[in-house]
Amino acid sequence: MSASAARVARLHKWLIGGPPLAYLLLFFAIPTLIMVVASFRYPGEFSGLAPLVEESDTGRILNLTVENYQRFFSDFIYAELFIKSFGYALVTTVLCLLIAYPLALLIARSPKRNRDRLVLLVILPFWSNFLIRVYAWMIILGPQSVFVGGFNAFIGLFGLEPVRMLFTPFAVIVGLVYVHLPFMVLPLYANLEKHDAGLLDAAQDLGANAWQRFWRVTFPLSLPGVFAGAALVFIPAFGIFAIPDLLGGTGGIMIGNVIKQQFLDSRDWPFGSVLSMVLTVAAVVLAGTAALYARRSRLA
Amino acid sequence: MALLEIRNVTRRFGDFVAVDSVSLDIEAGEFFCLLGPSGCGKTTLLRMVAGFDAPDGGTIRLDGRDMAGIPPESRDVHTVFQSYALFPHMSVADNIAFPLKMSKVPDEQIARRVEEALEDVSLTGMSKRFPSELSGGQRQRVAVARALINRPKLLLLDEPLAALDAKLKEKMQLELITLQKEVGIAFVYVTHDQQEALALAHRIAVMNKGRVEQLDEPSKIYGFPKNRFVADFIGTCNILEAEVLELNGARMRLSIAGLGEVETSQIEGTKRGAKGVLALRPEQVAIRPQLAVDPDENRFVGKVFDFLYLGDVTVYVVELPNGSRVEAMLPNSAPGRAKFFEPGDAVDISWRYDAGRFLTE
Repeated sequence: MSASAARVARLHKWLIGGPPLAYLLLFFAIPTLIMVVASFRYPGEFSGLAPLVEESDTGRILNLTVENYQRFFSDFIYAELFIKSFGYALVTTVLCLLIAYPLALLIARSPKRNRDRLVLLVILPFWSNFLIRVYAWMIILGPQSVFVGGFNAFIGLFGLEPVRMLFTPFAVIVGLVYVHLPFMVLPLYANLEKHDAGLLDAAQDLGANAWQRFWRVTFPLSLPGVFAGAALVFIPAFGIFAIPDLLGGTGGIMIGNVIKQQFLDSRDWPFGSVLSMVLTVAAVVLAGTAALYARRSRLA
Repeated sequence: MALLEIRNVTRRFGDFVAVDSVSLDIEAGEFFCLLGPSGCGKTTLLRMVAGFDAPDGGTIRLDGRDMAGIPPESRDVHTVFQSYALFPHMSVADNIAFPLKMSKVPDEQIARRVEEALEDVSLTGMSKRFPSELSGGQRQRVAVARALINRPKLLLLDEPLAALDAKLKEKMQLELITLQKEVGIAFVYVTHDQQEALALAHRIAVMNKGRVEQLDEPSKIYGFPKNRFVADFIGTCNILEAEVLELNGARMRLSIAGLGEVETSQIEGTKRGAKGVLALRPEQVAIRPQLAVDPDENRFVGKVFDFLYLGDVTVYVVELPNGSRVEAMLPNSAPGRAKFFEPGDAVDISWRYDAGRFLTE
């Protein structure tokens, strides 16, 4: 390749890669840095942040502190909230996987012309607003709903007390699973759809029954899809605030709610930044560990 | 009793009859080839033996046991697929161990038997590799080792060498012959490649349009094709329209349209006036600048129209005065061979009376 051709190739690379790179720098890297810095600053007198540089008698001083982190680590309630949120996200991920896997398998194995239609049905909920869909669950799980009434009437037959569904951890899990399900179905489907049916024939030919064919061939080959789906469900579910806000009541709050409170209600931006930082680091560490494990065992 | 008995097996797809009342017996320890053009029903037949498809009529018996309703995983038959279908997420050792794991063989036995199987197919030391790290020939060997490890009664091979280049193909053919002899398991080998079938099989069933046209040893299939389709499909053949003029002891005289009269071996049951074709292999046609007179030979004068140089042999297309063409093959290794013919050269062609074969269907 001549020098000018190489220059043109380099130019093309920048023309294609440049805009998304600039976008990520501007809207992802810089805000993250701002948050990192904010987590070491003092809160402002009424809200927001105290000035970063302060004029004093001895000259200019940089107004930074680790107090916010000390506060986080000295009060166990925050760690507890993290653990609780982790638990919710984990249960959500497992339930999504259990529901999404058969669905994705069904779509992947249905005739080709039906697959696109079925995928469309999976993403159909995205056509209406997220909050409206969560409000719909408030009605479905509310005390006046036919569903809850019917359920309570049914368990009443066995002499059980009626139960409340809305504003319980149960409602939070239902909402989390409902909202995140498509993010599990789609990567799983994308993976399963590519599987070579010949491998299942070979497994059957070599003596594997239906369960062995699934467990020894289909499932291990689908693990990259499982990991992708799990990351897409677990990470947003870990930090979500809208669903516990609407469906969880006082007992159902997650770490996302506390972060929101710090910014909007308590007006303590530095501490909100600390919680956000911990959340980000936790998610990155978890995802990284999973990716590392997947690569070690040659799954992805 | 044959190991595998196929009786009047028929399979239809809508109006299309893929397999049309086929009956075959495959003996224990034999290397059997199903040969035919694509769409002749050979793969459908194989899938029915493996259990992936069920016949619409007829029965398949393995070792005397009717296979109807028995799923593939419960049949003592393994298949080597054309794509090999190796499990990409398993190492070579795990691939080969798969059938043993499925039949719950103890782990310590598995390790030993996998090691032996790797030795059998000369892949020692490759056990930890993954299929993506193997060459085409190595993958093929793994597929065969995997299919043979728990000693099925029958091994089915669905064009397993189709994806390999010519040189490797020949090498793998030799390996398969040796391996089959060693293990003594009956092989049923499906292919559309007539050379492969001739090279590998003890017996060949030539299939066309869902039916078996001829079932015989390779040399019989090649030397004594039963009908026009077999003659044409196996190797190359001059097919000359002919009519029986006279029966004369072991020989008969034919009139070949536009060529003249020739002598050929008499086929039992042929009557005077019967119409058919004379099938004549190019390597049985001699081509010379000048001929000694030999009463056993059918001799004609012609001109070289064109030729096909194939390395070891050259095929000459000779045009006879009436415009009909006959292919003659000349080995380039013949001692004292100096002369190549050029298009336009005047030549004599001849063949012995017992070279051609008169076919009425």
